[in-house]
Amino acid sequence: MSVDIATVKKIASLARIAITEEEAARIAPELDNIMGWIEQLGEVDCTGVEPMTAVIPNHLRLRDDVVTDGGVRDAVLSNAPQAEHGFFTVPKVIE
Amino acid sequence: MSDYRIQGATGEWEVVIGLEVHAQVTSNAKLFSGAATAFGAEPNTQVSLVDAAMPGMLPVPNRECIRQAVRTGMAIDAQINKWSRFDRKNYFYADLPQGYQISQLYHPLVGEGAIDISLDEKNPDASGKRIGVERIHVEQDAGKLMHDQHPTRSYVDLNRSGVALMEIVSKPDMASPAEAGAYLRKLRSILRYVGSCDGNMEEGSMRADVNVSVRKPGDPLGTRTETKNVNSVRFVMAVVEQEARRQVDVIEDGGRIVQETRLYDPDRNETRSMRSKEDAHDYRYFPDPDLLPLELDEAFLAECRESLPELPDAKRARYEGLGVTPYHAAVLTAEVETARWFDALLDAGAKAAPAANWLTSELFGALNRLGKGLEESPVSPTQAAELLGLIADGTVSGTLAKQVFEIMLETGQGAGAIVEERGLKQTSDTGAIEKVIADVMAANPNQLEQYRGGKEALFGFFVGQTMKAMGGKANPGVVNELLKKALG
Amino acid sequence: MTDLTDLGVAAIRDGVRTGGFSAREVADAFIDKVSKAKALNAFLVETPDHAIAAATEADAARAAGEALKPLAGVPIGMKDLFCTKGVASTAASHILEGFTPPYESTVSGKLWDAGAGMLGKLNMDQFAMGSSNETSAFGNVISPWRRADGGNAPLAPGGSSGGSSAAIAARLCPAATGTDTGGSIRQPAAFTGISGIKPTYGRCSRWGVVAFASSLDQAGPMARDVRDCAIMLEAMSGFDPKDSTSLELEVPKWEQGLSGNLRGKRVGIPREYRVDNMPGEIDALWQQGIDWLKDAGAEIVDVSLPHTKYALPAYYIIAPAEASSNLARYDGVRYGLRDLPDGANLQDMYAATRAAGFGPEVKRRILIGTYVLSAGFYDAYYTQAQKVRTLISRDFDRAWESCDLLLTPTAPSAAFALGEKLADPLAMYLNDVFTVPSSLAGLPAMSVPGGLDTGGLPLGLQIIGKALDEQCVLNAGLALEERAGFVARPEAWW
Ligand SMILES: [Mg+2]
Ligand SMILES: [Zn+2]
Repeated sequence: MSVDIATVKKIASLARIAITEEEAARIAPELDNIMGWIEQLGEVDCTGVEPMTAVIPNHLRLRDDVVTDGGVRDAVLSNAPQAEHGFFTVPKVIE
Repeated sequence: MSDYRIQGATGEWEVVIGLEVHAQVTSNAKLFSGAATAFGAEPNTQVSLVDAAMPGMLPVPNRECIRQAVRTGMAIDAQINKWSRFDRKNYFYADLPQGYQISQLYHPLVGEGAIDISLDEKNPDASGKRIGVERIHVEQDAGKLMHDQHPTRSYVDLNRSGVALMEIVSKPDMASPAEAGAYLRKLRSILRYVGSCDGNMEEGSMRADVNVSVRKPGDPLGTRTETKNVNSVRFVMAVVEQEARRQVDVIEDGGRIVQETRLYDPDRNETRSMRSKEDAHDYRYFPDPDLLPLELDEAFLAECRESLPELPDAKRARYEGLGVTPYHAAVLTAEVETARWFDALLDAGAKAAPAANWLTSELFGALNRLGKGLEESPVSPTQAAELLGLIADGTVSGTLAKQVFEIMLETGQGAGAIVEERGLKQTSDTGAIEKVIADVMAANPNQLEQYRGGKEALFGFFVGQTMKAMGGKANPGVVNELLKKALG
Repeated sequence: MTDLTDLGVAAIRDGVRTGGFSAREVADAFIDKVSKAKALNAFLVETPDHAIAAATEADAARAAGEALKPLAGVPIGMKDLFCTKGVASTAASHILEGFTPPYESTVSGKLWDAGAGMLGKLNMDQFAMGSSNETSAFGNVISPWRRADGGNAPLAPGGSSGGSSAAIAARLCPAATGTDTGGSIRQPAAFTGISGIKPTYGRCSRWGVVAFASSLDQAGPMARDVRDCAIMLEAMSGFDPKDSTSLELEVPKWEQGLSGNLRGKRVGIPREYRVDNMPGEIDALWQQGIDWLKDAGAEIVDVSLPHTKYALPAYYIIAPAEASSNLARYDGVRYGLRDLPDGANLQDMYAATRAAGFGPEVKRRILIGTYVLSAGFYDAYYTQAQKVRTLISRDFDRAWESCDLLLTPTAPSAAFALGEKLADPLAMYLNDVFTVPSSLAGLPAMSVPGGLDTGGLPLGLQIIGKALDEQCVLNAGLALEERAGFVARPEAWW
């Protein structure tokens, strides 16, 4: 499989990274090269092998249902590029 | 059970419906953070740095949310997966701070189950159907966007961001608006019995994504559309109706149905395509590397099972076994509050059948008049049981009981005290009653003559007169018996 | 009196305790060095006040006769991947420019609690993606080392913890934090002639550390010697309920347990690590390391890790996949850069912000990650890579049946010149060939300096241990250190 310019544009759009034609043209062979190298993984016979889930044996701990956080609106908004009346703001979205 | 059909120009069409219900899990704190979940707080005040997806913030799951989802699964006889895990669903939207929703795709917490519905819960003869549930998984809710606060900006409130949801996915087993409505009502009832969701649709605690497709009878499944976030039973039924009609029209006009996300506009009663979600189809799901697999042990599952309350269908059967009519049993179990009230009444010693009758007629009637809900009833189950006890042991007659109940509603006093204080006790003293009967007969010679001449309908007249003369306190059974004797 | 900046963590700690010098003197000496080393570009932010405050507290505690904290009087550098409360934290990316966390990462917080002070935030590869520090949005760090050929070509300090490695090698701080996803502590340590250990995955909390690849990211210390690494690691480790992958274990007393005596230990030499085109000097150093460990009493055994060759390609699926998702939060809404072109809608704003904010390598990895997770490819790439990861982990488990440790070179070459590998991402990725397998398996691994190549540049040896057996790794590191007698240091040209 090969990564072409159209593919690069599609994944860049999925990843929400604006790219120009020139960038797409430059990136496509680069990614194609890297993906070509990655393809060798297909050689490995993984029949009956489970995908890794926890690298070191460990159990998911569950926490108690207690309110321990929140009430920190100033901290939450303190780095916002734009905030008004206690909200973050974004360009108007039409649903 | 459904013979619902859309009449199209080319013939009849069937509707195939599946519902994905998002139910907010009842919990104090969010699924992966310690921020509160209460409804209606000031914007962004119930937001932790985790919910705002600050760099380096990590999720830690809330046990109660998992527990409630497991209990819900058990309540619909579903398979509980002791090994499940969380996946990330990746997409960009302003209400989704992380750029992904933590959800469960590949290994949900709850597998297949089923819900029995009835097209008319209060009619024991109405037809029923079993609706399959595909799965229940746990996931995060998104934040909220407000579009009407500013001419060029949308406002983002993350208070809901990270609140735990159960997504309950039905199989495409429903075939009419009525079935969809019945399923949603029954599901809501079960959730409220279990206590895993308050079922408050106005506050958004329950929303349904309505999947609709149409086909000619016998044909394979058609392409479906998904109408998102429909927030009432009525609207779900309307969506099915409108969307099925629209699809039939499109197909019959030579068009094709595209698999898409739609939005319901209740004001215009129509669905429309949702532009904003158009290209969000490639969600790139993968296991959330911040979280390990969720493994549940037997003790956890046992606690979930043991803490389950009696559920609507079982309760209904039990009530019927106690002699309650099927109709009353259905009415009493439809809402968990009613069932709890009735159970309390039984616990306080009331007999099931008369108690059911009294609750559904006298109490509901009174509350209706007062404009109050059951939870605000001025009379408690214990007080009601006392009243029912006085009726049962003949202390008060049915008529007297109504009077006593009115006084209870007004004063909050106990039935016994009222009867005692106001001398409303019914008498079975045959001597006293015989004396009154003699007086009544003496005072109404004409009627007596007519009665004895064969006009038996006048018996009631004598009963009424006797009761009236005794201020309603005579035991009607004794009065009947003595009158029969005296009138000959 | 000796130059205080020549002292390591243990020496400073002990000197402050015994009153040989004050913590304030130490802080001042390092602050001065940092302020004069701008040419290295190792620090993104200098925080002299933080270091002075910690020193003042240490001195006051000593004056009051109180017991001193474990790191009292020790000023350190903090990799800019750690969020530090009230101090700009950018992960060396424009997209986080101006971001001041209202919170402190668990690991940095533990270090402050242990009495350490912060000299500043250290430059790094952007979002920890890189092996040369050239992906930093704020200019690359320049290694204090120079080749002995008199060419003065600016060299890479390694990456991604290149600010940390350069600062320590240049004596701008006695120790620093690093993070290691596929070798980002060990490779820069090797390039600059210092030591660094990546502990077992789950030892150090990831809470408050800007995420690159969650299933691989581990914090660890970098310092001039093994003892200093042990001291730092003790302060940085420990269970954190805020990190679901944190290990609920006591922190061992690693410093106390240090011993260079390896009698009874078996050291495996993985034959698959003898890669083609490896410089002869690396091979020679490896053999030297084997001899040193033998000398320390260890038995040497030949082992096989058959899936080694697949570790890098698996890593370059798993890490970018996780990164593509972890970095989705940088969208210009809640913090950092926002680029809002005229008439842009929300999605345009995201795309413009991320295009302007991320550097080329970060974009490249996000694109790879997005690609391998996209519809239709998930199983072929991601699932397959996680299966291969299981096989790699099993390889190690099998090796542990015949040995307690593994010895390998840290990197396939000495430091290269800046710009040398920039044009070829794949060549850059191959830098991690020896460090990535143990990262994929979550194992503790350390690099210690072994010697200099003919160009006069440091070379490192890597020790890989069993899960949770950091003690054994540190001990082997100490055994190598004792025998290598590595005292070379870069001439100050900056
Ligand atoms: Mg849905
Ligand atoms: Zn959902």
